[in-house]
Amino acid sequence: MNFIIDSGSILLTTVRDILPILVLITFFQLFVLRQPIPHLGRLLIGGVYVVIGLALFLIGLEKALFPVGKLMAAQLSDPTFLGGEDTVLTNWIAYLWVYLFAALIGFSTTIAEPSLLAVALKAGEVSGGVISPWGLRITVAIGVAIGIALGTFRIVTGTPLHIYILAGYIIVVLQTFTTPRKMIALAYDSGGVTTSTVTVPLVAALGLGLSEAVPGRNPALDGFGLIAFASLFPIITVMGYAQVTHWFVSRNIKKRSTGENR
Amino acid sequence: MYHLKNKTAISAILKLSLKKLWTSFKDLLPIIIVIAFFQAFVLQQPLPDLGEVIFGSILVVIGLMLFVQGLEMGLFPIGEAMARALARKGSLPWLLIFAFLMGFSTTVAEPALIAVSSEAAEIAAAGDLISSSTESMNRYAFGLRLSVAFSVGIAILIGVLRIIRGWPIHYLIIGGYMLVMLMTLFAPKEIIGIAYDAGGVTTSTVTVPLVAALGVGLASIIKGRSPLLDGFGLIAFASLLPMIFVMGYGVVVFK
Repeated sequence: MNFIIDSGSILLTTVRDILPILVLITFFQLFVLRQPIPHLGRLLIGGVYVVIGLALFLIGLEKALFPVGKLMAAQLSDPTFLGGEDTVLTNWIAYLWVYLFAALIGFSTTIAEPSLLAVALKAGEVSGGVISPWGLRITVAIGVAIGIALGTFRIVTGTPLHIYILAGYIIVVLQTFTTPRKMIALAYDSGGVTTSTVTVPLVAALGLGLSEAVPGRNPALDGFGLIAFASLFPIITVMGYAQVTHWFVSRNIKKRSTGENR
Repeated sequence: MYHLKNKTAISAILKLSLKKLWTSFKDLLPIIIVIAFFQAFVLQQPLPDLGEVIFGSILVVIGLMLFVQGLEMGLFPIGEAMARALARKGSLPWLLIFAFLMGFSTTVAEPALIAVSSEAAEIAAAGDLISSSTESMNRYAFGLRLSVAFSVGIAILIGVLRIIRGWPIHYLIIGGYMLVMLMTLFAPKEIIGIAYDAGGVTTSTVTVPLVAALGVGLASIIKGRSPLLDGFGLIAFASLLPMIFVMGYGVVVFK
């Protein structure tokens, strides 16, 4: 019975969440563009799908993704798992499995991310085939893996988030001036597309669970920040990838031209 | 004869929905593999409440499938067509209003943001930053979402202006980075983590396709802009500005 009441209230709030988009479309279509809405029936059925789908997703999230993320964090930082009572729980080396888990979750979800695939294919077009879609996807996935692993390291050590982000920003800015211009906007965007709807809740729960499990950490201060890492580091690795391929290509061209001169 | 036709239609629908289910399942598959590997080989413990987790995962897969299917049926084609129609209409004020409202309304509906903001409210209540009544938690979570949505709206507006005027993206981004760092100095410590995360959370299922359509549509219509070069970059703004605005929200709420 509780389940039904909960589902009902979730359904109602999702209707409220979808409302702005519907108002936007009707207003602009009818009053600014002054055209009837095409395929009204399809839009309405699609809207019903969206509301039901969103409600189911949110219910499932509470039952699966959040608990699993927190549980994994708790299990991986459990003193008995970490090697008995002798281990110093504030020592960051004790949490190596956590970093590995974080990196693997980051890498595998990013490789499977559909919106990244779309961006990677476009990047292949922009660069005229110099940047391969697969190479880009792996580069972004490595960036996310490093990012989330470093983020868990930060939670374990309790160092301030903004110092890492500031360092990341400085690297990004320096790279911006040496990266081929065509790739810059794409690299900036690749940070945003990596974190999908499924990954975000799981990674957020991992960080919060970890900050609860490690002694001396406060979830309100240390729990968040993993997603910020996951959206910053791909920018760095993508620009790095662009720089390296650019360097190789231009070196090959130079070699060829000096060869012809001889 | 009629019966036979009906049967093939049903099997075609069934096939299609199975295919859709498989695509959403594929999103979840890498997570399942990594977690199963850790449970079986590293932790060597069974997952407690396995039934509940499996049930929840099934809901996530079906929910995401319906959600994306619904968007593709109605919203995406109309959103793209409208972005193109407005760009061709050539009225700058309407285009900017549309850009803002599109960023705002798609972000309010973003599932990942809904999830993370309610989690943030629980953490804030547990840390005695806000009162732990359901009402104040809901208000805090909704306030977070509104400030993120507002900032994404502004971000898309600036991004559209950039495409129209042809401003170089990196100066805007670097300026944004500086603002983020400046705000970090003033913002209460408790909001910084969630503010930095807000940038990555905003841009997923709903926002990215519509915003990308707007950017590429605009860039392909305006003379001298390349859709591949100038069409990108909107998402970068949409993940930068929320950091600044959420920190601002923190200044208002926590002080």
